[in-house]
Amino acid sequence: MLKIENLHARVAGREILKGLSLEVNAGEVHAIMGPNGAGKSTLGNVLSGRDGYEVTAGTVSYNGVDLLTMAPEARAAAGVFLAFQYPVEIPGVNNTYFLRAALNAQRKARGEKELDSMQFLKLVRERLKVMQISDELLHRAVNEGFSGGEKKRNEIFQMAVLEPQLAILDETDSGLDIDALKQVAQGVNTLRSPERAFLMITHYQRLLDYVVPDFVHVLANGRIVESGDKSLALKLEEHGYAGLGAGAAA
Amino acid sequence: MNPAASSPLAASLLAAPLPVSGIAWLDEARREHRAAFAAGGLPGARVEAWKYTALRGLAQRRFSAGDGVAATRAVDAAAFALPGMEGPRLVFVNGVFRADLSSLVALPDGLSLQPLSQALRNDAEPLRFALSRPALVGQVHAASDAFVQVNAANAADGVVLKVAAHAQIAAPVQLVFVGAAADAELAWHARNLVELAEGASLTLVEHHLGHGEQAQLATLVGDVVLHEGAQLHQVVLQNAAADTNLVRRSGLRLHARAQMQLHVLELGGALVRHDLQAELAGDGAQLHTRGVFMPHGRQHIDTQLAIRHQALDTASTSHWRGVANDRARGVFRGAIVVAPGADGSDANLSNKNLLLSPNAEIDTKPELEIYADEVQAAHGATVGQLDERSLFYLRSRGIPLAEARALLTAAFCRAVLDDLPNAALREHLSGLLIAQLPA
Repeated sequence: MLKIENLHARVAGREILKGLSLEVNAGEVHAIMGPNGAGKSTLGNVLSGRDGYEVTAGTVSYNGVDLLTMAPEARAAAGVFLAFQYPVEIPGVNNTYFLRAALNAQRKARGEKELDSMQFLKLVRERLKVMQISDELLHRAVNEGFSGGEKKRNEIFQMAVLEPQLAILDETDSGLDIDALKQVAQGVNTLRSPERAFLMITHYQRLLDYVVPDFVHVLANGRIVESGDKSLALKLEEHGYAGLGAGAAA
Repeated sequence: MNPAASSPLAASLLAAPLPVSGIAWLDEARREHRAAFAAGGLPGARVEAWKYTALRGLAQRRFSAGDGVAATRAVDAAAFALPGMEGPRLVFVNGVFRADLSSLVALPDGLSLQPLSQALRNDAEPLRFALSRPALVGQVHAASDAFVQVNAANAADGVVLKVAAHAQIAAPVQLVFVGAAADAELAWHARNLVELAEGASLTLVEHHLGHGEQAQLATLVGDVVLHEGAQLHQVVLQNAAADTNLVRRSGLRLHARAQMQLHVLELGGALVRHDLQAELAGDGAQLHTRGVFMPHGRQHIDTQLAIRHQALDTASTSHWRGVANDRARGVFRGAIVVAPGADGSDANLSNKNLLLSPNAEIDTKPELEIYADEVQAAHGATVGQLDERSLFYLRSRGIPLAEARALLTAAFCRAVLDDLPNAALREHLSGLLIAQLPA
């Protein structure tokens, strides 16, 4: 589904990704772990098409097409979803209105029929139940005045409604207490499916207790320095990043 | 000599025959106002209050006085239909009262509403104090208030509205000013007087619109006096025709515990100027203004707000937003004065602006002068573009760039309507805002 080869990317003239390669297949959950400054968030931002990230070398192929030339909205329509590390507050834009506009824009781009408000509401109610989110959240402006945990749960809720093929979770676990973390993890687990892949970017092993990954990669100094199964995360927990050849970036 | 004083515009305004009322004091007052304008002329570039609104272009224009057939000119009543407005209505076409388009039957108890022309015929004396001076409330400066003097000399009609003590008028009153294309480029004027007695309450909707495209100059001077405990909610929908030059001056005086809520939408017009002078004259008076100005094309929209806290524990909040597109220009000045003795006053003013085009410009200037104690005051102004983080967030969810921009811009403007109580009107105005945004 996703094939990243020798990706180099710069932010504000500084090289952050230095030859990153990674392959993700449908149905797989990959965890990307690494110390601060290793390039974890840069990877998420480059994949979702944020301005200000300059790719200087390498390729990213998504379902056989060049992802890097696509506009952010086209990537979303093609099934790429980024759960933000810091979800943005948008005063004056109603959460439900926003989500319906997003879903219908994606459907339109894919040549599918747009949902009317009844159909949309039905879908939303269904997903709210699955995510165990109160519908009070729907009536508020996008993320405005949400607590940290509510913002992250709203990201997962959006993901549940938009049903991406490739979900990138950028430190979704950071700043969450244990209850919120469990809710987020449960949401992710509910959405796991043979057609969908997850890229979970995280600093801590904690999230992986609740969402068990198929693969764990250590990102350090702009590249993947080690890959393994979930036991790698436990080793990291025990020895820290410095003990895994990632010391140069710590 | 100020070159503007001898301009084609000034000459054409001075050449207009003064209205003749047959009321000695009024005709004399009009001659005096005319003389004051002749002496002072139009404000030049050096007059601080007009620093960002140059009259160079307008000064070269000539406008004829009066529309001889305004009383019968065809105007489509659907143009000023607003949702939830089934109450009394006063309609003026090119400054002339139109009984046929107005609705003055079965006025609720306690409401007196009539055109100025009729009020003068019925009993002019109660209007003497107000009409003997260029404006009732606030200050009139020879150098900067030329259009107020022009209005005082030339306005033959307008609105006289009074609400009796403790009368609660439920149905909103609609005041409609239509600028209709005529045989010539016209100047017309209207003078409005609104007074709410103790404990009275009213909702007033002032609607400016155009009918056909032709250059005009319109001046409107209005005074609002709210006596003790009176409550007024006023909505101004300015949707004048694209060629209309519209100069308005509003004076507000709030006595003890009077409360006024004002919502202003500045959408239309070519050169638009609104001076609002408010006096919080009685203890505990409260004024809450919300406004949005959205110039596009080559429009120029200038709002000048001056609020004086003159009594104890008065409060004012002013939240204004500007959105300029194309080569348009917006100007906002928000001046708050807390006078000596107005202790315990609370003043809050903000003006946030968005530029949608690299050729658009907005000049904003908040000013605060405090001469009292225990005052809480905050003011701020910003000019910027849409937030890149918000845009990316929307796009990352699949919303195309143009739609994301429109969504954020609409949200930005709509914020000023949040506390407008009439839901039907709020939705209608919100729709007008969105319609004005670039597609």
